[in-house]
Amino acid sequence: MAKWLRAYGDREGDGMVQMTFTLAILPGDRAKEAAKRFAEAHGLKDPLVTTMEQCSQQHTYFVAYGHSAHQIDIDTIDVAELAAKPLDREQIEAMGKNLGRKIVVVGACTGSDAHTVGIDAILNYKGFAGEKGLESYKCFDAHNLGAQVENVELAERAKALGADAILVSQVITQRNCHKENAAALVDLLKKQGVRDKFLLLLGGPRIDNKLALELGYEGGFGPGTKPSTVAAFVAEEILRRARGTQVDPRR
Amino acid sequence: MAKVPLDHATVDACRAAAAAIADDVQRFIDRHTTVGIERTVARSYGVTGADPEGTPLANALVDRIHKAGHAGRGVAYFLGRALLEGASSAQEAAEQLAYGGASLDVEGGPTTNECRGALELETQRAIGRIDEARRARERFKSRFPEAELPLKYVIVATGNIYDDAVQAKAARFAGADIVAVIRATAQSLLDYVPEGPTTEGYGGTYATQENFRIIRKAADEASEETGKYLAQTNYSSGLCMSEIAWMAAVERLDMLLNDAMYGILFRDINMERTFVDQYFSRRIVARSGIVINTGEDNYLTTADAVEKAHTVLASQFINEAFARRAGLSDEQMGLGHAFEIDPWLEDSFLFEVAQAQLIRQIFDKHPIKWMPPTKFKTGDVFHSHVHDAMFNLAGVMTHQSIELLGMFSEAIHTPLLMDRYLALKSAKYVFGTARHLGDEIQWKPGGIVERRAKEVLHKAHELLDQVKGDGIWDAIGGGAFGDVKRKRTGGKGHAGVAARDPEYLNPILDELEGGR
Repeated sequence: MAKWLRAYGDREGDGMVQMTFTLAILPGDRAKEAAKRFAEAHGLKDPLVTTMEQCSQQHTYFVAYGHSAHQIDIDTIDVAELAAKPLDREQIEAMGKNLGRKIVVVGACTGSDAHTVGIDAILNYKGFAGEKGLESYKCFDAHNLGAQVENVELAERAKALGADAILVSQVITQRNCHKENAAALVDLLKKQGVRDKFLLLLGGPRIDNKLALELGYEGGFGPGTKPSTVAAFVAEEILRRARGTQVDPRR
Repeated sequence: MAKVPLDHATVDACRAAAAAIADDVQRFIDRHTTVGIERTVARSYGVTGADPEGTPLANALVDRIHKAGHAGRGVAYFLGRALLEGASSAQEAAEQLAYGGASLDVEGGPTTNECRGALELETQRAIGRIDEARRARERFKSRFPEAELPLKYVIVATGNIYDDAVQAKAARFAGADIVAVIRATAQSLLDYVPEGPTTEGYGGTYATQENFRIIRKAADEASEETGKYLAQTNYSSGLCMSEIAWMAAVERLDMLLNDAMYGILFRDINMERTFVDQYFSRRIVARSGIVINTGEDNYLTTADAVEKAHTVLASQFINEAFARRAGLSDEQMGLGHAFEIDPWLEDSFLFEVAQAQLIRQIFDKHPIKWMPPTKFKTGDVFHSHVHDAMFNLAGVMTHQSIELLGMFSEAIHTPLLMDRYLALKSAKYVFGTARHLGDEIQWKPGGIVERRAKEVLHKAHELLDQVKGDGIWDAIGGGAFGDVKRKRTGGKGHAGVAARDPEYLNPILDELEGGR
């Protein structure tokens, strides 16, 4: 039986949502009506324009509330959910012990990207949100190459270090440069005949697992990812590869 | 006022250590030049334009001289010599030298002093351009009322300079005092400044002289329209920091991001290159009256803001020492720091206030630059807005001078029109409602704020003493700042550093140094 989801405000099925937007019109009765119709066009019933303020020489900022008419059948949703469940540190270290050697991980912000907050959070000892990064694990040999690393350089370093996994971080998303850049690394590794040597992972605020798989990576990590989630995924996958067991057929 | 007790002897000791650190580097600076500096000299003599591939004439000229091994003579020597030999202008001389295959033989020919003489009028004209732009800015600005502190600083970053101009005007309408056009992310690593207006750029818009003019014009129009002055800022950083400083100086910019060590740490630009470049860029800045903003806030995005708070203060002392050696007044030093402690840490607000107040008191004449939270921002825009409000409160109660406003969409995208509007509205509210809060309260003696301020100053002093002992070159190698480690000869741009010849000629620098 289908399960339908509607937005929930304070009563089942009320569909309450709010939206904020600007329109190129100055405040007034016509502007308010325009905002109301704009909200209606988005499927909001009985929208209430709760704020209308001039925010530039030509623009007005609006807040509107309304009852969304839309609902979603969750049974129709197919999402490539990441296989790894977050494991605790002992479980991850135990997998490393089973492998009998350190897992070499190389990470970088590639291309013109200079935003290292994400890759630092995952790799650096300090970690993020109370969890230490991969550097702090005995089972990992983690190398953070930092910002603005070209794909060619990343590939060279990964080969030189004998990396098991490559972590690519992409923050800047203007005109989809994150996608192009991420896909270019896959192409480069294929061209060099070394694509299968590495577990390739992608992370960033606009990245999800589905997108990463589409771009030719083995996994994708979005905002709020904790180091242990990445650590567990990498350790499980490298151990599985070492044992030669079947990998997820989706790849 | 809610002051923290300050141990002046420790502050003096910090300044003495920073002075020794900067003096050590200054000895290196005074014996070297860079391709960036020589290009700046060429530009200040009027060398302009680019070839059809977009390579600026200044680059073609200096690259040829550097390749021949003569960058250490200074581009001025070659330009002066060409003038003596009949070139009608520095531009013509540069074209002959860059494209025409004019001789680069340094044996015989006119002496360095004769070349200096040939450039005397040009040198006065170059310095006069900076001075005239400064006077024009000060004249225009004096027509408007003084803005209340903290100054509200916002960024625009569309990638297209014409959109940036529209957004800048909108920002003034919404209450901004300062607008920065964020630079395209990779520009700091370009060893040339692009020519002309630009409409494409990732993460921001290229800094070019024409783009500076476009924003200056928009900012002036917005000032006229609203009756309040809109200041303009950009980035004198990366491999072209001194060229951009010169462009900003002659195009009437008000402020520049300019840091003695930022490029080394966060863009992996070579240490020697950066130290030599920052000096010349700051000499120009000093003359032009531009206010610099330093980048210590960045340390707290890579290192922990509680454990490494003292590295920010230590670096501020070092930036101050370098800036003084380049002739900047205290009133031109917008030393940077940030509100980057984990917001969920108990009493983190008190830690932030303690540091902000400490820095305010130590650098009491400096227009301190206060940066918003970024590291712990998430896609929850509502929580983010509250987080920024706390930052605004700390800023106003500790009398910060320049406040870059946080954006509720920080972790999502470069700011939209609405995001800036709401940031400015919130800052206006918090600055107003808590205007005199800092003057009305006193910190509990021996309480959390006092103890924290004391601890940060003490640790900064320890670090400065250690850096003084190791020398800054090795200290950076060991990760003293931002937990980032760099090698002296590593990083980008090292090949562009040249030892000055005993006959090195740079009349622009001589003039800016004023017989130092």
